[in-house]
Amino acid sequence: MVKILNKMKIEKIIQLLDAKIVCGQHRISDEILNAFSSDLMSDVLTLDAENILLITGLVNVQIIRTAEVAEIHYLLIVRNKKVPDDIVELANTLNMVLIESPYSMFKASGILYANGLNPLY
Amino acid sequence: MIELKFNIEGGDFDRAGTASSETKKVLKQLNIDPKVIKRAVVALYEAEVNIAAHAYRGIVKVSVSDHQIVAILKDEGPGIADIDRAMLEGFSTASPKVREMGFGAGMGLPNMKKNADELQVESTPGEGTTVKMIFDF
Repeated sequence: MVKILNKMKIEKIIQLLDAKIVCGQHRISDEILNAFSSDLMSDVLTLDAENILLITGLVNVQIIRTAEVAEIHYLLIVRNKKVPDDIVELANTLNMVLIESPYSMFKASGILYANGLNPLY
Repeated sequence: MIELKFNIEGGDFDRAGTASSETKKVLKQLNIDPKVIKRAVVALYEAEVNIAAHAYRGIVKVSVSDHQIVAILKDEGPGIADIDRAMLEGFSTASPKVREMGFGAGMGLPNMKKNADELQVESTPGEGTTVKMIFDF
């Protein structure tokens, strides 16, 4: 069976998750193929894929550093967490996209999966 | 040959990762294969986080020649009592604070081994640890 890989635009993700883009507005039309949900940066650092959406409920400067070294440009922050200005600023200098959603990690992941965004594994 | 040097303070999680970030910028400017850059900076970042998580302070030296990147991270700290055990996936002595940051899952050293072409870990309990990683290209 041929597996059809769907891509999803950032703007679609924002619409589906009642979300807000806080950094990287100019990349709102970028398309993403895969997503990975984790609060464990140790796991994120073992991923081989690039250009994925990282879904996390963790908010600290190390999520940006982890994304930077792992070549991840898109981060979705769940559980209604607000990203502090200094972290937004760092993400901005690294040309990343940061999105905040009020949904839980399970709900956000479930909606994106149901709408065709591919899991990494 | 290009050489970079950084100081790392134990417990400073606001700055942990800056050595890896600066190194990444330099490697990109040198037009090194992005796959090699990713392997090197992921492993370097893991090692940097280890110093911030476990040691009192450390020095990172990165040298880049025309065919390899060599990273040496030397710290003053408690050292590693049993290196073989520390290399096992899932073994961790990280504090709750480190785990709250999203680390301390016992994946750091195994991930450094996976990404580097060569990894050497030498440690003296009570004095410190030196990690050497080589990335060929």
